[in-house]
Amino acid sequence: MKQNSSPPRLTLRGITKQYPGCLANDNVHLDIAPAEIHALLGENGAGKSTLMKVIYGLVKPDSGEVLWDGLPIDVRDPAHARKMGIGMVFQHFSLFETLTVTENIALALGDDAGELNSLANKIRTVSEKYGMAINPDREIHTLSVGERQRVEIVRCLVQEIKLLILDEPTSVLTPQEVDTLFITLRQLADEGCSILFISHKLNEVKALCHKATVLRAGRVSGECIPAEEDTISMAKLMVGDDTPVSTTYPKKLGSTPLLSITDLNLHSPDPFGVHLKNINLTVNAGEIVGIAGIAGNGQEELLASLSGEHLCPDGKTITFAEDEVANLPPDQRRQWGLAFVPEERLGRGAVPGMSLTENALLTGFLTGLVSKGMIAWKKAEAFADEIIDQYKVKAAGRHAQADSLSGGNLQKFIIGREIMQNPKILIAAHPTWGVDIGAATAIHKALITLRDQGAAILVVSEDIDELFLISDRIGAICNGALSPIKPTPESSIQELGRMMAGDFNQSVNNGSTAL
Amino acid sequence: MDIDLITNILYAMIRTGTPLLIVALGELVCEKSGVLNLGQEGMMLMGAVVGFIVTLLSGSLLLGFLLAMVAGVLMSLIFGLITMELSANQVATGLALTIFGTGLSAFVGSEFVGKPIEGLDPVFIPVLTDLPVIGRMLFGQDLIVYLSFVLFGAVYWFINYSRPGLILKAVGENPHAANAIGLPVFRTRYLAIIFGGAMAGLAGGYLSLAYTPLWAENMSAGRGWIALALVVFASWKAERVLLGAWLFGLASILHLVFQGLGFAVSPNLLAILPYLATVVVLVLLSSNQTRSRLVAPISLGNPFHARG
Repeated sequence: MKQNSSPPRLTLRGITKQYPGCLANDNVHLDIAPAEIHALLGENGAGKSTLMKVIYGLVKPDSGEVLWDGLPIDVRDPAHARKMGIGMVFQHFSLFETLTVTENIALALGDDAGELNSLANKIRTVSEKYGMAINPDREIHTLSVGERQRVEIVRCLVQEIKLLILDEPTSVLTPQEVDTLFITLRQLADEGCSILFISHKLNEVKALCHKATVLRAGRVSGECIPAEEDTISMAKLMVGDDTPVSTTYPKKLGSTPLLSITDLNLHSPDPFGVHLKNINLTVNAGEIVGIAGIAGNGQEELLASLSGEHLCPDGKTITFAEDEVANLPPDQRRQWGLAFVPEERLGRGAVPGMSLTENALLTGFLTGLVSKGMIAWKKAEAFADEIIDQYKVKAAGRHAQADSLSGGNLQKFIIGREIMQNPKILIAAHPTWGVDIGAATAIHKALITLRDQGAAILVVSEDIDELFLISDRIGAICNGALSPIKPTPESSIQELGRMMAGDFNQSVNNGSTAL
Repeated sequence: MDIDLITNILYAMIRTGTPLLIVALGELVCEKSGVLNLGQEGMMLMGAVVGFIVTLLSGSLLLGFLLAMVAGVLMSLIFGLITMELSANQVATGLALTIFGTGLSAFVGSEFVGKPIEGLDPVFIPVLTDLPVIGRMLFGQDLIVYLSFVLFGAVYWFINYSRPGLILKAVGENPHAANAIGLPVFRTRYLAIIFGGAMAGLAGGYLSLAYTPLWAENMSAGRGWIALALVVFASWKAERVLLGAWLFGLASILHLVFQGLGFAVSPNLLAILPYLATVVVLVLLSSNQTRSRLVAPISLGNPFHARG
């Protein structure tokens, strides 16, 4: 670090925060020097979010103290934190969709915002300086997720900033966007700004951060210099010694086609949607097929046509075994033996305001939970308990509302609910999106077990590492067209990357000889 | 149709539209903060009865209007306490407020039914009032009508150009995000509810002190509901609220117009028009998904609990 003699920018001493039934932070210490990029690592529920809310004045700790440039300080509220020079980029963006970029930023700046036109100019200057072009006059709902994150970051940068906190910033970005973000963050750090980077992605922490503090179950379980560690040793600090952090699964190739898509063309009614172009795909019983792709290349449309949310008038384009299903609605496909894990957990995977029991019932009703039109509540509750128990879902119980669970835990619940119905075909979108290592491993194992029982599984994901880990065959979708699908051992990350960018030509030749 | 008839229709249109405009402006601000208060009718009736009694006893119209607004504010505070502090359902609470206000105003005003007072007189503006056709319409009205013009301008500017107006919209769209960046969600919603109450009280006072200077049970006759429909009709835009209020005003005097022209159309049939227009607008709005999602305050009707 540049200024070894000066006090740390931020020091936390013995921060403890008790919630009813949960000790979120237990005697946490943390030092961040000026110009340092500091990682805060930990699994879901390790206390990262609480700690960062303490720093940002959203949560009062029960005990412990916060030092700012060496002096004790009591951060009263977010406005006070901002005045001190602390900026925060939330995981769930705190942006207002119907307002423009400038209006959003003006809201956060309070009385310092000044006149809107001059603020818009300032936004242009700052966003260009840090390589994050945004148009201040656009309304938020017209922006992509990556652009929205830029707005959140620029919102912090238009003020004098000394500490920037980013909560899981890369979980919504494509690999290219992550690279751009890292360039910006390094530039900021070079200018003296401290950065607290909250993540559970070890490769990113290793690539970006100078130091790391690891939290486990509310306590600091270790500190390290990421560049000098390997990801396994950091993962051990995160999850403890008893959880395996790395594993490989034997690849298998099925033989009997269970799910076939033949010449599927689909015109998307959404003006911003992607039209599916001549999709052909077969998933056999007893194998996992992985489809990679950058968000917005037709994944949603493909998934909707498979789940039955989007019907195809020509029933022949999609078949389950011998049965033509493309014009059947979702419930009839489920009756056939389809299970579906959608990308959105809240809203499509689960109803936010309903209990876990009710959510279990929503797709599990075919498994004997309803008889003669009446709900068998005892059975439904037992089913919910079983999911919670088998998939180690951290929740206050089966009565907990779906939206009270953390993203990772809700994902475990949804995956568990679908897998425990013993589907013949499982379609899963982004099965481990935003889920920590321990939970991701559990989900992967469950998928492999289901495969070994003879189910046909289709996984759509943006996480290439995950696809290589669990897929038996692999391909990519780009602009509504599907690349050839190759056995995973015969493909490579480079080839898949090319296919994600729409370059199928080279691979068509390779692929046809390989198949 | 002669000039005099047109002049009179336009004059009556504004006059009839004024109470609608005032309540709807209040409800617009309230809904922009994400609070749906269905108690307009109850608040108006309380404003009407309190304003009438105060003026009858004190002889002061000014005092009558002021206390009509106070009555509306007190009613809205009941709504505010129940929905904000106790996080009760806004729709149910608003409905209860209307029922409560209807009953209470009838009870309080039972002694005063049919008693006469001196109503608010028009204030003519030299030269302007004598302009043909629009003179009487815009410059031959009473002070509350002029005040409604000012109120419209103020609300329009507030929502579109002021910083507190920006905060209002932000709170109505996403109170949790607003809280996270340090905006005062509770205070904003309370102030919006109180403004809505004051406007409903003022509109009620206008009915009993100017429009028809007397007190009769349930004299608002559904205007609170029309105002709610009007806000939707206007797709939450102040300028359309103004236009809509006058249009709805015109619709409710149409039977007089038709009489003047020699047609006999049932006034009941014509009274349907504002609601029919609202349904048509709703259908048009919701025919486009993106637009319908963005036009209404996104968190309208959702209670806010501070999380810590």
